[in-house]
Amino acid sequence: MSAPLGKDLLGLEHLSAEQITLILDTADPLREISERAIKKVPTLRGATVLNLFYEPSTRTRTSFEFAEKRMSADTVNIATAASSVTKGETLVDTAKNLEAMKIDMVVIRHPSSGAARFLAERIESNVINAGDGMHEHPTQGLLDLLTLRRKFGTLKGKRVCIVGDVLHSRVARSNIWGLTKLGADVAVCGPRTLLPAAIAEFGVTVFDRVEAAIEWADALNVLRLQLERMTGGYIPSLREYNRVFGVTRERLDRSPRDLVIMHPGPMNRGVEIDSDVADGPHSVILEQVTNGVAVRMAVLYLLAGHAPALAEAAKGGDRS
Amino acid sequence: MTELRDVVLRGGRLLDPSSNLDGVGDLLVRNGKVEALGGNLGTPDGAEVIDCKGQVVTPGFIDVHCHLREPGREDVETIQSGARAAAAGGFTAVCAMPNTDPVTDNQAAIGFVLKQGRAANAARVYPIGAISIGQKGERLAEFGEMVHAGAVAVSDDGKPVVSAQLMRTALEYARTFGIPVADHCEEPTLAAGGAMHEGFVSARLGLKGIPAEAEEIMAIRDILLARLTGGHVHLCHMSTKGSVELIRWGKERGISVTAEACPHHLSLTDAAVEGYNTNAKMNPPLRSAVDVEAVQQAVKDGTIDVLATDHAPHHNDEKSREFADAPNGIIGLETALPVNVTWLVKSGIISLATLVERMSCAPARLFNLPGGTLRRGSAADITVFDPDQAWTVDPAAFLTKGRNTPYGGRILHGRVGCTLVDGRIVFRKMG
Repeated sequence: MSAPLGKDLLGLEHLSAEQITLILDTADPLREISERAIKKVPTLRGATVLNLFYEPSTRTRTSFEFAEKRMSADTVNIATAASSVTKGETLVDTAKNLEAMKIDMVVIRHPSSGAARFLAERIESNVINAGDGMHEHPTQGLLDLLTLRRKFGTLKGKRVCIVGDVLHSRVARSNIWGLTKLGADVAVCGPRTLLPAAIAEFGVTVFDRVEAAIEWADALNVLRLQLERMTGGYIPSLREYNRVFGVTRERLDRSPRDLVIMHPGPMNRGVEIDSDVADGPHSVILEQVTNGVAVRMAVLYLLAGHAPALAEAAKGGDRS
Repeated sequence: MTELRDVVLRGGRLLDPSSNLDGVGDLLVRNGKVEALGGNLGTPDGAEVIDCKGQVVTPGFIDVHCHLREPGREDVETIQSGARAAAAGGFTAVCAMPNTDPVTDNQAAIGFVLKQGRAANAARVYPIGAISIGQKGERLAEFGEMVHAGAVAVSDDGKPVVSAQLMRTALEYARTFGIPVADHCEEPTLAAGGAMHEGFVSARLGLKGIPAEAEEIMAIRDILLARLTGGHVHLCHMSTKGSVELIRWGKERGISVTAEACPHHLSLTDAAVEGYNTNAKMNPPLRSAVDVEAVQQAVKDGTIDVLATDHAPHHNDEKSREFADAPNGIIGLETALPVNVTWLVKSGIISLATLVERMSCAPARLFNLPGGTLRRGSAADITVFDPDQAWTVDPAAFLTKGRNTPYGGRILHGRVGCTLVDGRIVFRKMG
């Protein structure tokens, strides 16, 4: 059976709207598995999955591991310091060694943009990009899409603004591609130092003021502000960032509608988002986390070559 | 003296902008010199006759910018392999940049490059000395000693001369010796960490970009310092629309600025990086289509004086890495002519005569080198090529040790038939 997504999931930029919809449609019913007392289906029994993390990650790695285990795959985790030019095995050699161990799938996170593709081109196993540098983080993008779709019913015509450090964010890129393909209106908002100079070419609206973004949007996806952006000279201080770009209750109260609030985590409370917003009634931040497991199960399932629209059967363990 | 066999280049198109020559005929080489040019020269006893019908016979190409990696990285190139690759690409002379290990920043090192170059018995190799000791950008290297030993220019290429004061003194001091100061224009704080041209492609790929302004700021600084000092500044590998506009501005004011452009910046855009292709990674990076077109026009109108290669071999292991970690640079000696013919001549932007001017006559003139002419009595440094022949680039067949080219598998036009240095055939195409 040919895989409906191809061999790998490297990003959302090169997926079609139909492929993205297929993943979301597959993920939706898989949510139910995680609600069961016995959270396990035999779908990927016998398959070996390697989680290869060159960057620290708690949430994404755990989410992948739960997804794999709930599908009955055998998993191995490797967490290693970022590869450096001077020490350690090269990614080429790592790829060759993985191939020799007959692994079925590799989930890779790496600080270098393009690393997932680099690996995918060199091994026959399926490769899932769990975040490569500043490039893409497709499963995060997909779980954001699933969360919004469940909230709104459809993404068509919905206004979603990504707020914060778009320049360095792989989450932002995957969101822009996914949201755009599913028909949402996308905007970004942040200091110009943290937006790519060519941002307009992505076909998104740019807001310089977060107040204007809030007035416009149906949903905000608030990005984590890496603390090193201050030492890197992109912003003068976290305090000023919160004052100018922080998503606060006060700002949201001026909006004509209730905005859905998302955040990919981990949050810097009091910097990019205030606690009463993050924990407020319109926050879907924890739903994102729940949906993350389902989306990753769907991706594993589809990459393994399973036919679309078999999510129901998957729950029963049919591998046809 | 050992008698060299006469060579008759028979029936080619003799094309030499330096002497306004353009016509079909024969060229006789005797004792390493151009002996005669004419309609039908006959065949002296014992002469080797090379049929040049359908080919162009021009003064040999001169590359003022290549990296031959010796001493230090003989695993990726030696002066011998580089000089042979140059000959195969139609170059009769190349200028080797001094960013070797150790740096070519003293007369002994210059002498070593010359000695290895002579032993290669292929294209001539002229050393370029470093501007600063160790290319550290601090103290001037001994220009006088290096020129005395055979250096033809100075450059810290690979790195910019960060200090404006050092650049000023280099331009002033170089005047004594009449040599150009060749600068790699890159404002280091703007370019820091950059892996490709800053634009939509870099934003999409999530790679840190190098804005065009990083080059342009240093280009105008150097032009202004040339105005201040009267020294000859030569701007290496110009790649942006803004740079060529600034050079035009300088030339219009009579400032002593010359500039080179490289085949890759005239043929490829940053789109070639798609898929994280490390063979499309070099510094300066591949730019936008607007930049490519502007630099092409600058080659046409003479704002860009010289076509150089920036030939930069790297080992496959180093290029087979994550994009950000792969080294900058691509090989160019064996693809320069066909890339220039394909993108500049076949496309109608420049004539073959202009191509020869930029690849041969101008480099000789600006760097005060022999060659660049077919005048009677001049050294027989000659390139014979077929501008129409189409061929598929096969990196495995190159004479350079490098395989890092973005043109592999491409069909290009223009192929070298043979290359003569001092009247000796140093390269001849098989078959």
